[in-house]
Amino acid sequence: MTGEMTEPGGPERAARPPSRRALREARMRRRAMAIATLSTAVVVALIVILVPMAPGWERVQRSFFNGEVFAKTFPGLLQAFLTDIMIFAWCAPMIAVLGLLIALARDARSPALFPLRLFGTIYNDAFRGVPVILVIYLVGFGIPGLGLPRPWNSPYIWGTVAVVLTYSAYVAEVYRTGIESIHESQRAAATSLGLSHWDVMRYVVLPQAIRRVIPANMNLLIALQKDVALLSFIGPVEVLRQAGVYKSLLANFTPYLGAALIFLAVTVPATRWVDRLIARQNAARS
Amino acid sequence: MAKLSIQEVWKSFGTHDVLKGISLDIEAGQMVCLIGASGSGKSTLLRCLNLLEPVDDGAILLDGADITDPELDPQPIRQRIGMVFQSFNLFPHMTALENVLLAPRRIHRKSREALLPGVKALFTRFGLADRMGHYPDQLSGGQQQRVAIIRALAMQPEVMLFDEVTSALDPALVGEVLDVLRALKAEGMTMVIATHEMAFARDAADKVCFLYEGRILEEGPPAEIFSAPRDERTRAFLARVL
Ligand SMILES: Nc1ncnc2c1ncn2[C@@H]1O[C@H](COP(=O)(O)OP(=O)(O)O)[C@@H](O)[C@H]1O
Ligand SMILES: [Mg+2]
Repeated sequence: MTGEMTEPGGPERAARPPSRRALREARMRRRAMAIATLSTAVVVALIVILVPMAPGWERVQRSFFNGEVFAKTFPGLLQAFLTDIMIFAWCAPMIAVLGLLIALARDARSPALFPLRLFGTIYNDAFRGVPVILVIYLVGFGIPGLGLPRPWNSPYIWGTVAVVLTYSAYVAEVYRTGIESIHESQRAAATSLGLSHWDVMRYVVLPQAIRRVIPANMNLLIALQKDVALLSFIGPVEVLRQAGVYKSLLANFTPYLGAALIFLAVTVPATRWVDRLIARQNAARS
Repeated sequence: MAKLSIQEVWKSFGTHDVLKGISLDIEAGQMVCLIGASGSGKSTLLRCLNLLEPVDDGAILLDGADITDPELDPQPIRQRIGMVFQSFNLFPHMTALENVLLAPRRIHRKSREALLPGVKALFTRFGLADRMGHYPDQLSGGQQQRVAIIRALAMQPEVMLFDEVTSALDPALVGEVLDVLRALKAEGMTMVIATHEMAFARDAADKVCFLYEGRILEEGPPAEIFSAPRDERTRAFLARVL
């Protein structure tokens, strides 16, 4: 928060000619850019020239960078990626809600609610302490293994449960950091008005806390997008499993490269976007 | 009967005794100023009056009824006692108007429309009618503090507590906030004010209390405290700040 006075709608800056310092900075930026471009070109050229000289290059090229196989399998991989998106799309809101509930349980202050707080703490420690894939195996194979009837033994359901349980623990932790970052005076000011503990949380603390941790939660969502592929180990035919099927069928690893490219196409722009979000938030706060 | 009667109040944090048997009566309509070095316990005393901190021992009577009884629900009591802090008062994600409307809407369950005329009148009275739609970071420090006061007044409290509400302000903005306190006094509001503004305490207060390490060393009308302090430590403090 700045003490400055600004009119709503943002301050209007008069256009001024660039200062000498701005000009010098621009010149230096251009030079840095040129150096970076040149050094990158040199490195890429070296890779392109040197790697094919390695003895096994022919074989690697045939089994990992096979253009024909790529063209044949890529559409199928894209199709399978829709499953990843679907699973992601229904997991994300569930994680947002469950994570928030766990965070609130951990914030419970009255002694009567101590069990709730204890549960939140144990939950967080347990699910953050175990590899995701282990939870997916345990829940995804273990629970249907109880002999549940037809729709209830679906790996989609239990895979989702496993992912939601795990990621909620991480998201809860992020929310809690946000809640704790709100200045104590805000709670005091709200409490002194006579608002209940819950109203203070709902109207004063949470709106600020959630906004503050959006970038951190976005990073978790990007990680989730990748981890959805782990569900392939218990059944759903999503992109990773589809690539495996193609690999066996065509005795070629190129489909994995295709799958990797699909993930990169989603996660790289998303990561850049979150970085920008963080930079903007930092700029707004200073 | 005093509006607010503080009786032998003790408060400690861990092993550190912060309030050591504070007793003080505040009559209805009185303005009482708490002065004393930083760390002497002014904020803690105000926080205890608002039940933001539980007292360890003693009693606080509001209209003769003890409000420190742990069996009591603190919320309705806090609604009768408004408080304004040194800083970080306003909720930064709400406009000035939303800041003021939040508590009456949630607690009195009144609609925005029902509240608006009264709240608008408050904004107008304190010269902020054209600032209702502004967010806190679009307001000056003095305007923010005035909105915080309006927010507390909107709950129609019987007593107002002020904890160094001008300490974080630009010297040029102090006056406009102190003027509001004077206006409230003229209206008959009962007030307890922790302050470093000695000139203000001297000409506006009905009673001044000098806190020293958790005790009230001296209390009385400002004329007495400021021109003829009895205690050596009061004299030393006043010599330092005046
Ligand atoms: N929440 C707290 N925990 C521990 N010590 C505290 C707390 N609040 C205040 N104190 C201590 O109590 C003493 C009095 O503080 P305070 O009431 O803020 O004094 P003042 O407002 O007169 O400056 C100080 O020594 C301070 O460190
Ligand atoms: Mg203080």
